[in-house]
Amino acid sequence: MGRFKNEERILHPFRVILNKEISDHVRSWRFIILIAIIALTCLGSMYTALTNIDKAVKPNDPEGTFFFLKLFTISDGTLPSFIVFISFLGPLLGISLGFDAVNSEQNNRTLSRVLSQPIYRDYLLNAKFLAALIVISVMFFALGFLVMGLGLVTIGIPPTVEEFMRIIFFIILSILYVAFWLNLSILFSVQFRQPATSALSGIAVWLFFSVFYGMIVNLITKSIAPSAMASEYQIIGFEELKLSLLRIMPNQLFSEATTTLLMPSVRSLGPLTMEQVYGTIPGPLPLGQSLLLVWPQVTGLIAATVLCFALSYLSFMRREIRSR
Amino acid sequence: MAGNIIELVDLKKKYGSFTAVDQLNLAIRKGEIFGLLGPNGAGKSTTILMMLGLTEPTSGMAKVCGIDPTTNPIEVKRRIGYLPEDVGFYYNRSGYENLMLTARLNRLSRNEAKQKVEQLLERVGLSDAAEKKTGKYSRGMLQRLGLADVLIKNPEVIILDEPTLGIDPTGVKEFLELIIRLSREEGLTVLFSSHDLHHVQQVCDRVGLFVSGKLLAEGDIQTLSKKLFTKSPFIIEVGVSNNAPDAQDGSGGQDAADWLPQLLQKIDGVNAVHKKNEIFQIECSRDTTTLIAKAIVESGAGLNYINRKEYGLDDIYYRYFEGGEENE
Repeated sequence: MGRFKNEERILHPFRVILNKEISDHVRSWRFIILIAIIALTCLGSMYTALTNIDKAVKPNDPEGTFFFLKLFTISDGTLPSFIVFISFLGPLLGISLGFDAVNSEQNNRTLSRVLSQPIYRDYLLNAKFLAALIVISVMFFALGFLVMGLGLVTIGIPPTVEEFMRIIFFIILSILYVAFWLNLSILFSVQFRQPATSALSGIAVWLFFSVFYGMIVNLITKSIAPSAMASEYQIIGFEELKLSLLRIMPNQLFSEATTTLLMPSVRSLGPLTMEQVYGTIPGPLPLGQSLLLVWPQVTGLIAATVLCFALSYLSFMRREIRSR
Repeated sequence: MAGNIIELVDLKKKYGSFTAVDQLNLAIRKGEIFGLLGPNGAGKSTTILMMLGLTEPTSGMAKVCGIDPTTNPIEVKRRIGYLPEDVGFYYNRSGYENLMLTARLNRLSRNEAKQKVEQLLERVGLSDAAEKKTGKYSRGMLQRLGLADVLIKNPEVIILDEPTLGIDPTGVKEFLELIIRLSREEGLTVLFSSHDLHHVQQVCDRVGLFVSGKLLAEGDIQTLSKKLFTKSPFIIEVGVSNNAPDAQDGSGGQDAADWLPQLLQKIDGVNAVHKKNEIFQIECSRDTTTLIAKAIVESGAGLNYINRKEYGLDDIYYRYFEGGEENE
């Protein structure tokens, strides 16, 4: 019965493109290689986390109740932790799924053929983005649950509801982060004719933000740093300036947001004065408060994603579609 | 006009200061095969893109099936099948899968799509290669697959941009025959762009001549030659022996070039006489072959050769594209 219905159903063209794009991703070697890299590194970081988890639990640790979350954050220094891996490999994943989205269609001369079908032009762009996003989401949720399951089997302590929710939010955040890089690379794929150029530009932006931008901010802030004798307000102002400069980086936004979510004892992402800290009892924040704390970071990430998307939309919608 | 399926009015497209299509007016009737003939870079493809809404005209208007493609491209694309120049398919999918994708984009259910695709693959003779990846197809096969792809949506009009480019002569012949058959059987309107006049001549009912963004002339081959060569639609070639005629003036041994033009100018309908190598070309406004033959024979000279030449598309083509300057 179900099969019959499927055979007779008329799919919306958007769904048709979406299905095609998803199956393209899943069949491609590129995706298989990426998933292998990411699965391996995750298992590696899981292994180091599991072998070191006994040392990580200290008495009087405010995060002692969030034992399970440590699986994602600890490392012994030989291999980075799970979140560091994700923040490092996520951009690579996003860039590699999007860098040839539009220009490969153009180079294979399929673009004008597809766009001469009765579909809106943005279907193609939206479907490309959504397909990659769906693939990434499925993959990240699978990985997250894999890590959780393995941890559960090995350490034998089930996560609490709050821990579980924190992990879910962490996964959603990671997807958002990869979505930014995905959109950036789709933008490059609209702009540049050669897939190699667009892949390189994506990687260049990624390297710039992960290596050079921090150095540049350091250089700038060093030259304007207030003296040790400066007033408290000046120092706070300076620290805040430094942070806001760093927060232009999507990586910074992501790492701030993830640490807050996975380390519930983090209670502020900016400088705190002694007066503010005075009298506080070290203790974890409830989930709601942690979410509230990372809200600006999440908004920033979404805004950057939307900006990239809007730019590619703008340049793609009114462009002339030549057959080559 | 009711019979026109494509109407272009003062259509213009500029890229910066370069005008690709200049004030184009063109009407294509339902059911005909229309050939857009022009050299590379004449603006043929740009015109086609404007008809499909794939690029916006700078000014002027295009109407396809009564719809403006700039503001309502979806409706237009539902009715027009477009085979782009040098068509591409997803090379890692089979021909069948590629066509299925197009069919489903045109809102066919899986069952309908399957039937239609199989039927069309049969029709273009690709049933055997249906499961082969299109990356392994030859150029001619791709072109035929492209034609099947265009026909999936049951179009009213099909637009073929340089469809014969890069196919071998037998492939071209088969492809053109396929187009003629389809057009006749299904009552399709076909717009066919090419720079190869022989291909156009073989299939097209009417032809539009396109040079640097302007439509120089349109019509079937006969009207075209009449239109383009208004003064002298006929050319008669004559070869005479140089023997002097023992004619009225008795001037023996003269070169034919000296006396023949004067002799022939007297005939009503002769416009001009040129000497080309040893042959005289006589431009006439009507068919004066017999009169010329008679005049020459009566003059006493030997008539070696006489031939009435009609303008083919070849002459039209060369006259306009190769020697385009003299007509400007």
